[in-house]
Amino acid sequence: MNIAIVKYNAGNIYSVVHALRRLGVEPVVTDDPAVLSSADKVIFPGVGEASTTMAYLQASGLDRLITSLKQPVLGICLGMQLMCRHSEEGDVGCLGIFPIDVKRFEPQPGLKIPHMGWNQIHALKSPLFAATAENEFVYFVHSYYVPLCDNTAAVSDYPGPFSAALHKDNFYATQFHPEKSGGIGEAILRQFIAL
Amino acid sequence: MLAKRIIPCLDVKDGTTVKGVNFVNFRDAGDPVELGRQYSEAGADELVFLDITATYEGRKTFVDVVRRIAAGISIPFTVGGGINELKDVETMLNAGADKVSVNSAALKNPQLISDIAQNFGSQVCVCAIDAKEGLPGDWTCYVAGGHIPTGRKLFEWAKEAQERGAGEILFTSMNHDGVKCGYANQALARLHDELSIPIIASGGAGKIEDFREAFAIGHADAALAASVFHFGEIKITELKDYLRKQNICVR
Repeated sequence: MNIAIVKYNAGNIYSVVHALRRLGVEPVVTDDPAVLSSADKVIFPGVGEASTTMAYLQASGLDRLITSLKQPVLGICLGMQLMCRHSEEGDVGCLGIFPIDVKRFEPQPGLKIPHMGWNQIHALKSPLFAATAENEFVYFVHSYYVPLCDNTAAVSDYPGPFSAALHKDNFYATQFHPEKSGGIGEAILRQFIAL
Repeated sequence: MLAKRIIPCLDVKDGTTVKGVNFVNFRDAGDPVELGRQYSEAGADELVFLDITATYEGRKTFVDVVRRIAAGISIPFTVGGGINELKDVETMLNAGADKVSVNSAALKNPQLISDIAQNFGSQVCVCAIDAKEGLPGDWTCYVAGGHIPTGRKLFEWAKEAQERGAGEILFTSMNHDGVKCGYANQALARLHDELSIPIIASGGAGKIEDFREAFAIGHADAALAASVFHFGEIKITELKDYLRKQNICVR
């Protein structure tokens, strides 16, 4: 199994590396187009800010590369948001894989932003969740969210429903961090590896 | 529903855990890496590792410990103690930490919080505040492990930290810390009312009811404790079972 992690100017690549190692997979962290294109699977992780990250992806040509990939691709957190059409964070056009726009959580009394911590996911519909029961807890950290859409593959609520995961063709994405979600997250990563 | 978090805190000095830990079948009570793994498996929602080493050599050891912790656990963890500049943050994140907590250095140089938020994102920056209540409701911030009072007041400093981009406040009541009679729930509730970022309660946990009150009365988003977990006085699974029965959402 040859898994490549997209290397770019975003943090938390190491936690994904560690999580895969615990599952017995040694990933390659690279921004080399040839290596990414030939990998069995590609993970597009990310913690950072949307507009600066998009600028980096465009300058490096990674934007076109990621959208052209044919093997299973898993976007995580900011990775998922960048796979959408547009983000309110920095008002920036994104990769457009999922035809939906990323919104900021509306401040309201009693609602903490960022949405940080363990929340439940439900309405699961993707091979990623083949081994996951409804209403399990996974770890989220985000201030922007993807509304429900045709590609929604899991739902979480904060306070209203939003997309906790997306799926379209070979593109998979989670708003939460499977690499930080204990045994539940490991099961989801294992399903991705087994796709 | 977003769960309330239970966070064990471990003090690490020269690469080993300072407080003894009373886990069953525990091979090396002093090894923070093994301890982190045990807590992670026991249902902790997050971990905080505080480096209380003073020496340069000890600090280098700590970075290696952080790297090994990151390899072993699949839950988020925060690293604090001796985070003085952006370079320290980068070192810890590269070693695999998810968040850093800043305390004294941020009070001396509040710009540090802004810099961390801008460079790494708010979710990385936990602002730890040690404060002591003098007259009722009058909380003064302390630095240097609670030894030196500052001119800053808890609520206005917490608000400034939020405005500068801190992602969470870790509030330790020095009046309650070590007393084991419950958290500073009134001050926690006021922080909850005045701020819009998550609040971690710290200092005072002695029994499982104290956690319920920190969540139900103090409206804390997370509760941190050290000795009650380390000495096995409270088991995380039993604590969570109790909280669930009290209709508090936990993982």
